[in-house]
Amino acid sequence: MSIRVGEAAEAPSFQKAAFKLLDDAQLRKNVRHATDVITNKRAIVVGEQHDWQQLRSAASAIKQHTLAHLDEYLLKFEGACIAAGGHVHWASDADEANRIIIGLVKQYGGKEVIKVKTMTSDEIGLNKAFEANGIRPHETDLADMIVQLGHDKPSHIVVPALHKNRQQVREIFMQAMGFSELGDKPEDLTNAARQYLRKKFLEVKIGFSGANYLLADTGGVCVVESEGNGRMCLTLPNVLITLAGIEKVIPSFRDLEVFLQLLPRSATGERMNPYNSLWTGAHKGEGPQYFHVVLLDNGRTRILADPESRQTLHCIRCGACLNTCPVYRQTGGHAYGSIYAGPIGAILTPQLFDMQHSQSLPYASSLCGACYEVCPVKINIPEVLIHLRGRVVREQQSGANLEAIGMKAMARIFLSSRRFEAAQRLGHIGQWPFVSEGWVKHLPGMLGNWTAVRDLRPLPKQSFRNWWREREKASAKSAQDRSRSTKNLSS
Amino acid sequence: MPESTNTREAILNRIREANATTPSFEYRTIERNYQQTATLDRETILKTFADRLHEYDAQVLEAKPDTLAATIAKVLLAHNQKSAIISDDFSQKNLPEGFTFQRESESTTEHMNTAEYAISGCEVAIAHTGTIILRGARKLTLLPDRLLCIVYENQIVETVPEAIARLEQFKTEPLTFVSGPSATADIEMTRIRGVHGPRFLDVVLVRNQH
Repeated sequence: MSIRVGEAAEAPSFQKAAFKLLDDAQLRKNVRHATDVITNKRAIVVGEQHDWQQLRSAASAIKQHTLAHLDEYLLKFEGACIAAGGHVHWASDADEANRIIIGLVKQYGGKEVIKVKTMTSDEIGLNKAFEANGIRPHETDLADMIVQLGHDKPSHIVVPALHKNRQQVREIFMQAMGFSELGDKPEDLTNAARQYLRKKFLEVKIGFSGANYLLADTGGVCVVESEGNGRMCLTLPNVLITLAGIEKVIPSFRDLEVFLQLLPRSATGERMNPYNSLWTGAHKGEGPQYFHVVLLDNGRTRILADPESRQTLHCIRCGACLNTCPVYRQTGGHAYGSIYAGPIGAILTPQLFDMQHSQSLPYASSLCGACYEVCPVKINIPEVLIHLRGRVVREQQSGANLEAIGMKAMARIFLSSRRFEAAQRLGHIGQWPFVSEGWVKHLPGMLGNWTAVRDLRPLPKQSFRNWWREREKASAKSAQDRSRSTKNLSS
Repeated sequence: MPESTNTREAILNRIREANATTPSFEYRTIERNYQQTATLDRETILKTFADRLHEYDAQVLEAKPDTLAATIAKVLLAHNQKSAIISDDFSQKNLPEGFTFQRESESTTEHMNTAEYAISGCEVAIAHTGTIILRGARKLTLLPDRLLCIVYENQIVETVPEAIARLEQFKTEPLTFVSGPSATADIEMTRIRGVHGPRFLDVVLVRNQH
């Protein structure tokens, strides 16, 4: 199987990428501003929802139940969708999904596609596949447009271009849309996008979307959005293709009463986002007359098979964990080398990828737990991070790398007090070249990674154990002396 | 296509294997102890609805059933409009004299795209979130620059779960939840009203006659 998560395969480790990005003051300023605004708005609207915790628990239970019966609900969705005039396709991995989608576009004779924001299409690298097949994809979400036209990569699940400020957006739009004059107020830029895209909405015959929810009882699909570009793509074309991860199914229409309260408040700090669209198959004489949905596995069943981390599949992609994460807020999304950034990306990417090179991501966290606290579906991200760190370590132990050998040696030393004390004595003697002004600031070799960001106190002349032993000896001696002198007195 | 049959079985089998030892519970045992019914009095519910709409930059007007036509005329005249496109189920008797109204089903996409005003009713509205839920009429309520939506007092519920319960019977129809005019905050988190959908939303709240 060729599982893909965007272009994560070519990405450097988080630590390497983050080191470079931390130097980009503009990026850090933009990210800080955006995450501050959303976090504050979110806190207000979550605070006023007095049954927030009950909604979270219900959502978590619905997701847990659905995953335990995922095969039944997918079949139920499939049956209902087909009965309503839709077509259902199944894809094991990114390549298969791309093949199916491109096959459909060609079948309907399309050369262009208008797209609603979908992370899943970035996951499978659909735009690249489209272009390789002579099909032109038009991203229609404002932020996605900024990313696409600027040949950039998304840096946030909900606000993919939050790393760009207005001047940067203006530059991108002027170049790509051919405006000779364009203001840099957000109004001007939004208006430019409106003009540029309206023609596309009316002309292009094939629409493409992701899904927020697949409803098993009706075979319906729900898409949540703000700008109306979603409604345009879902309503105006004659053909609509929807790509959805298999975990997006929920048992019934009724369950929307939980998720439609949690998602907007958590994602953008709104009581409700401007538009939610629901449709079921193809509606005669209304909207697209041909509807296809592609159900994507791409590593999800593997996550499902791990009892400790299957909760990752509860995610409704609200992005609250990114906004609150002290690590994400410093580095922004690009450091994660994956379209899924932040805490959820740190657990999702390495699992979709079966670790491989994304082993650095479970360490992109201080385990402070802020992500768990804000998660509207109660994913215990720190727990999964620790679980995945365990997996990384076990994988590395099986290899013969320097760190694994070092750790094994350390384990042997810690097992015996004799060896431990001998090591302390050796360390005290051996450390002198690295001690300056009472601190160890630079250690050689691999240990240098530790001292690159921390100063250490040198090993003291006397260890605690040693001091304790001498103290015991001394007090035993004085007790002896005392008892001797008492004896002398009594005699 | 042969692609799907094999893949379908393979995916389903992987799911079943993964779930082989997973403890599970029944759907009906899921605890739903969040708020599902109204707790506010009717006047407060209507006021909350109007307040939420104001926060979304929507304009809210009140009318009685016998003044609805005149109120619609007032809104259109305030924006120098002599015509509008109306949804197919919109009652003729609520339309004011002296204007040209065209039904959605008699209008081309091109016409709707250039029209200034669309008028529609709704199925249900939610006070807690300031949301109006439309059945069908998807193009009509999307393409024109302004949407005028008529909401009757008895269509307004307090909470999201109450609205979902009312929609149960229409759940396979195309439904659109509208909460204010379209908006974006994609550039520097500055909220801009009116991106691709209608840039303006006007709501006439029709109170009971007495």
